[in-house]
Amino acid sequence: MVMAHTADPQPVVHKPHGWRRWLFATNHKDIGTLYLWFAFCMFLVGGVLALCIRTELFRPGLQFFQPALFNQLTTLHGLIMVFGAIMPAFTGLANWMLPLMLGAPDMAFARMNNWSFWLLPPAMALLLLSFLVPGGAAATGWTLYAPLSVQLGMGMDLTIFAIHILGVSSIMGAINIVVTIINLRAPGMPMMRMPMFAWASLITAYLIIAVMPVLAGAVTMVLTDRHFGTHFFNAAGGGDPILYQHVFWFFGHPEVYIMALPAFGIVSQVIPTFARKPLFGYTSMVYATSSIGVLSFMVWAHHMFVTGMPATAQLFFMYATMLIAVPTGVKVFNWIATMWEGSMSFETPMLFAIGFILLFTIGGLSGVTLSVAAVDVQLHGSYYVVAHFHYVLVAGALFSLFAAVYYWFPKMTGRMYGERLGKLHFWWSLLWFNVTFFPMHFLGLAGMPRRIPDYALQFTTFNQIASVGAFMFGLGQLIFLFNILHSLRHGKTAPQQPWEGANTLEWRLPTPAPYHSFHEAPELETAENGVVLDMRGGKHG
Amino acid sequence: MSCLRMVGSAVACLLLPGEAASAQELAINLPSPATSLARLEYDLHSMLLLVTGVIFLLVLAVMLYAIVRHRKSAGHIARQFHENTTVEIIWTVIPLLILLAIAWPATRAVLNQKSTHGEDMTIKITGYQWKWRYDYLDDNFGYMSHLATPRTMPAGSTALPAHYLLEVDEPLVVPTGRKVRLLLTANDVIHSWWVPQLGIKQDAIPGFLRDAWFIVDQPGIYRGQCSELCGKDHGFMPIVVEARSPEDYARWRDARLKQAAASADDPSRVWSLAALRERGEKVYGQNCVPCHQASGKGIPGSFPALDGSPVVNGDKAAHINIVLNGSKKNPAMQAWGKQLSDTDIAAVITYERNAWGNHTGQLVQPAEVKAARGGAA
Repeated sequence: MVMAHTADPQPVVHKPHGWRRWLFATNHKDIGTLYLWFAFCMFLVGGVLALCIRTELFRPGLQFFQPALFNQLTTLHGLIMVFGAIMPAFTGLANWMLPLMLGAPDMAFARMNNWSFWLLPPAMALLLLSFLVPGGAAATGWTLYAPLSVQLGMGMDLTIFAIHILGVSSIMGAINIVVTIINLRAPGMPMMRMPMFAWASLITAYLIIAVMPVLAGAVTMVLTDRHFGTHFFNAAGGGDPILYQHVFWFFGHPEVYIMALPAFGIVSQVIPTFARKPLFGYTSMVYATSSIGVLSFMVWAHHMFVTGMPATAQLFFMYATMLIAVPTGVKVFNWIATMWEGSMSFETPMLFAIGFILLFTIGGLSGVTLSVAAVDVQLHGSYYVVAHFHYVLVAGALFSLFAAVYYWFPKMTGRMYGERLGKLHFWWSLLWFNVTFFPMHFLGLAGMPRRIPDYALQFTTFNQIASVGAFMFGLGQLIFLFNILHSLRHGKTAPQQPWEGANTLEWRLPTPAPYHSFHEAPELETAENGVVLDMRGGKHG
Repeated sequence: MSCLRMVGSAVACLLLPGEAASAQELAINLPSPATSLARLEYDLHSMLLLVTGVIFLLVLAVMLYAIVRHRKSAGHIARQFHENTTVEIIWTVIPLLILLAIAWPATRAVLNQKSTHGEDMTIKITGYQWKWRYDYLDDNFGYMSHLATPRTMPAGSTALPAHYLLEVDEPLVVPTGRKVRLLLTANDVIHSWWVPQLGIKQDAIPGFLRDAWFIVDQPGIYRGQCSELCGKDHGFMPIVVEARSPEDYARWRDARLKQAAASADDPSRVWSLAALRERGEKVYGQNCVPCHQASGKGIPGSFPALDGSPVVNGDKAAHINIVLNGSKKNPAMQAWGKQLSDTDIAAVITYERNAWGNHTGQLVQPAEVKAARGGAA
């Protein structure tokens, strides 16, 4: 009894081993790791589908995939990359990093966190299984437009069910992020000082909560039209096929920012670190990110300029879309102003961040071109659009994810990644990305529609260039995989502070970050963008 | 605006200097406009390319300067500034002004695209899986337009026709210099009618009418494709528009009208098995091959085989019913009664019942189809 009173009560270090550690995971780091590996696997699966597409498109004529299967490939490539790769990767990063950057012991709802992750594998299994059912997988493009989606076989039902599950997973993940950020910040970390990555994750989470139910509604209407005799999208029954597009894109446009805002957040952490300078215009960054979030709800019909909307609607959505260029421009200018007069070094995360700014700017400017409704008439549904959104999603979201993984790898694992391989990965990806996607602008302008398995002869050359580029780009991602796997075992031991200019809270933790960090909240003195000036207390398990 | 167009193509050529000479073959810009709308879009795009190109180069230049000069390895010491209200206002306001400058011509172009009134003639375009139908509403005739090049290449063959996938059996014929108003709709799913040189892309939506317009300047052949994913053969429903001088067009129209009158089938005519089977093979080739295949074997799991099918070899009435009214079980089987004449339906059914391994020896006369239609209605 006396002993028990006098001994300092040790916190129970809860760390299950074996498969239980992962299946029953409640630790934000374990769940973050699960998310990141899952996303990478899905990135490889989606990438293989993309390579199948590029294989068929290497030459005119049908060589490898019949049209019905080809359409399934494009559809599943889109769905897997969006819902299986990019979104889970950002959720995984938020899981890993937010508690460390904000001084929280874990995510707010640890068990819900487990559930949000473990919904993903069955949902993706449904999507992949749909290839095997009679009629094959959904073949509508990732947008699942009615009435085509009403027409198809049972693969569409599996897809709809998968989307419902993915939606539940994303919403739970987003609620966790919102509650963690609002409630679990350490004393001395007010909202207007927290890292941009936290701001970006917060706004993204609100977007997810707002629009995932809308997508669920859209696909549920397709489901009832398919099986329960409703006519939401059938004119003969008083419905309207265009209604589907309005509902879908009310989800779909904010979805674009769900995949872009976290990238903005990552770049806003990486650039200041390697420029050894505070982020320029932190306050305006917060406002720009928020206003992009709000505006993203008002521009959806720019995806529908050729459906035949009235002139007034064309004009409204054109103006609203053009307006988004302003806050986006502010962000790009702020990043460049952060680099300006800095003391820059160019480690792999910085290279990917700079590559991001450069290529995202191209994607943004082709977006301005597309926003002009009169010009969009020529570009809509063409390869120009394919080029545009791959500049935003591959060079945008994916490059930022690579920057993030390289940047935080030492803190996550306690080891350094291979810098030379990292740089090779960057230059290789930069080169072949552009070889793949830049010619698609030309293809679109010259009149090649997207989602076709075969094409007219004048499109041959650029398609061949794009196919070669795609294979080389895909090959380059194995450099990344090798670098990560090799460094996990054989990487140099990382110091607590591997980056000279990094000064947010996670770098105050030992390396690798302890399994249970910030058992007790630290007392912080902070500056903008999560810069920690002083820290007292903060025990680890 | 024509100088803008030159700048546009110059910028486009600069991006690929080596290819400029063979620009004809290796198109990197919008095709040369053939209507005022297409010209408007071309010029607007050239202006945007110029403006966005300059902005990109400025951003790139500033960034490169910083990368070269403000680097640690060059001994640059970071200056710790992190805000400047004046600069931030400037780089918010200037993009806003640029956008306003773009918005003005962009608005005028949208209003121009939408002014479909004052037409000289009207053509109704209907999208089908996977072909187009053109109806000349003023003259009361119309026809289907199918892909005319072979759909697949035998392995090892290298000689694809010059207009591979861009050739149709019956192009849309229009007069030059006349305002043509298009009314677009679709029979099954959403299609999109896109002819780049005419500056038109308009979705064709089942159950709704949308409109668009063009005036073609010069006689010629203008090609395009469906640009909204509409199922399996989305990539195989091209569009060909043939613009003729008004006199030439009038001659074509008169010939068409005569031909339509002559070939109008009398559904009470009694056909021989051989004649009906021969006609049915053509109808089958134009309409049924994409799903049921030329071999009649279908695609297992998606589209049922007709060779040996119990419907095809069984009761005639059930066979007529499914072709006329479509399948409730599998919506991909359309109600062909809406598209094909009694004679065509009778012919294709007769063909199916006497092709491949099906040897029923039965023939279906157009009158039977007509009677079945009456029963359904």
